[in-house]
Amino acid sequence: MKRRSLFLNTTAIMGFIFLYAPMIALIVYSFNKSKLVTVWGGWSLKWYGELFRNEQIIDAALLSLKIAFISASVAVILGTMAGYVLSRFGKFRGKMIFSGWITAPLVMPEVITGLSLLLLFVAMEGLIGWPSGRGTGTIIIAHVTFCMAYVAVIVQSRLSQMDETLEEAAMDLGAKPSSLFFLVTLPLIAPAIISGWLLSFTLSLDDLVIASFVSGPGNSTLPMVIFSKVRLGVSPEVNALATIMIAIVAIGVIAAMFQMRRQAKLLGRQD
Amino acid sequence: MTSTPTIDQQSGAALVTSADATSLPLWKQDGAEPFLRIENITKNFGEFTAVDNISLDIYKNELFCLLGGSGSGKSTLLRMLAGFESPTSGRILIDGVDMAGIQPWKRPVNMMFQSYALFPHLSVEDNIAFGLKREGIDRSEVKQRVAQMLDMVQLGHLGKRKPHQLSGGQRQRVALARSLVKRPKLLLLDEPLGALDKKLREETQFELINIQEELGVTFVVVTHDQEEAMTLATRIGVMNHGVIVQTAEPHDVYEYPNSRFVAEFVGSVNLFEGKVIEDQPDSVRIKSKEAGSVLYVNHGISCAPNQKVSVALRPEKIKIGKRKPDQDENCIQGIIEEIAYMGSLSVYRVRLASGKEVRVTQPNMSRDMGERLTWNDPVYLSWTVDSSVVLTA
Repeated sequence: MKRRSLFLNTTAIMGFIFLYAPMIALIVYSFNKSKLVTVWGGWSLKWYGELFRNEQIIDAALLSLKIAFISASVAVILGTMAGYVLSRFGKFRGKMIFSGWITAPLVMPEVITGLSLLLLFVAMEGLIGWPSGRGTGTIIIAHVTFCMAYVAVIVQSRLSQMDETLEEAAMDLGAKPSSLFFLVTLPLIAPAIISGWLLSFTLSLDDLVIASFVSGPGNSTLPMVIFSKVRLGVSPEVNALATIMIAIVAIGVIAAMFQMRRQAKLLGRQD
Repeated sequence: MTSTPTIDQQSGAALVTSADATSLPLWKQDGAEPFLRIENITKNFGEFTAVDNISLDIYKNELFCLLGGSGSGKSTLLRMLAGFESPTSGRILIDGVDMAGIQPWKRPVNMMFQSYALFPHLSVEDNIAFGLKREGIDRSEVKQRVAQMLDMVQLGHLGKRKPHQLSGGQRQRVALARSLVKRPKLLLLDEPLGALDKKLREETQFELINIQEELGVTFVVVTHDQEEAMTLATRIGVMNHGVIVQTAEPHDVYEYPNSRFVAEFVGSVNLFEGKVIEDQPDSVRIKSKEAGSVLYVNHGISCAPNQKVSVALRPEKIKIGKRKPDQDENCIQGIIEEIAYMGSLSVYRVRLASGKEVRVTQPNMSRDMGERLTWNDPVYLSWTVDSSVVLTA
């Protein structure tokens, strides 16, 4: 193994400290015995116990998981369709604008996305009576809109790496375009779809800003509950909750990465 | 051009039975029904004409090579046969059926792709079975036919592997098996040996010919590699700028190129520019400043007096030596400028007085080469009257 220079080593360590020191502090303090967040009182799992007895938090967590699951699933279907169109439709008039439109939610400030969706929902309620009030449904719709953009980008990049002659070969061997998609294209982009789903799931679980705009009374997601609790002073319970969320998100992201790697291996070794 | 005496000497079989018309190759028989007929096919991509009004007949059991450089339109032509592109104008008839409007998945044609295009998520067996399953053939037959194909390409033991676990040569065989398992009437091969290393290529070439003869499928092969075309083909169509420049048997393409392009594209060649000074029905004399001598060729050409022509001479047809040979015509002098020893043969680059460079190859017949030639030796180059070809185009 090549010896790296001192400079590289230091930079890498500094970078990781910068990124992960806050999270490590949070995780360590979630095992704090003391009731005061800033004072260390020895190791304990007390706050995890407290957390699971707190019905408000458990309800919010279940709601968040439900929303994340549904919006990730819908986003994957719509995003895959969009990604497929973008990479396989060839050149069509307005392709640039179309792909811009699809990826815009990626760069749009969340406040704007949230606000515009809220305005839309209110206006629609006034005009056609749907959605009546805001709640779980509107949060799901909002999450689908930005998650599908991520899925579309991931799927499109996978499709563009895929050898198009594979589809021609399938046609040549007698597969009609409709069956060809399910027999060849879908299995090959499946890892991208799975990683898109995992990413959407974590994004939806994390979201605070957009959910705050489009949720209604009694429909607080987990990040919303945490945020409102923190405003009243950080309780050690929240540390425990945050640690669990970090774990879930980390598992999701690592699984997504693993899927991407597997896919790259599968396609890369072909040529 | 096909009736020159040299051909009959070379392809002895054809000569012996030439009275019996049925043993002649189909393309030499009058009125033989072509299996694949390409009629005035043109393909434009916007302003660019990829294939320019090509007409071509290919007969049953042929192994026809389309030979050309990149951008010559050979791949576009192949893709039109497979149905991936539709011609701008013209017709394609396979076994008498017009292919217009027939989708790729309905054509009696299979293709072996340059990249092999094996499905990475399917095992070798499933790759080969893919086409059969689309036809709705029942399982036991699919299994049997897949096994049969695997045996033919000698991969019976690797059926369960995924494509990425195979070597390049093995993938090539899987691709071949997959394209043959549906028993297509016509098999299209896009640079079938392109991705293999040299040794494997040579082995595979002969295997491909054996398989083709065994199964009696008509092959159309696209390649940019003239050696590949020479070994594989029954006939070669040399393509350039969307046009087929010459269609002939490999031997004729090499020995009787019909244009400077073909002469230079297939093999290496020395070209001497000159003027016709004597035009007989069965011979021509050409005065060439470049060669510094009069060149005499023993076949007639149709040309105007004083017309400018090129004389094409293959490097291996030239004799090189220090002593002056007993001939005045087709004998020129030069100085050896470079020698490349390549084991089985040596390549000499000889500079003539006119400045023209001539390439000569000589087999190294004995270990010590007797009169050894070396750099800066003055030498005589000579060749027989039937060695060179006059090109007017």
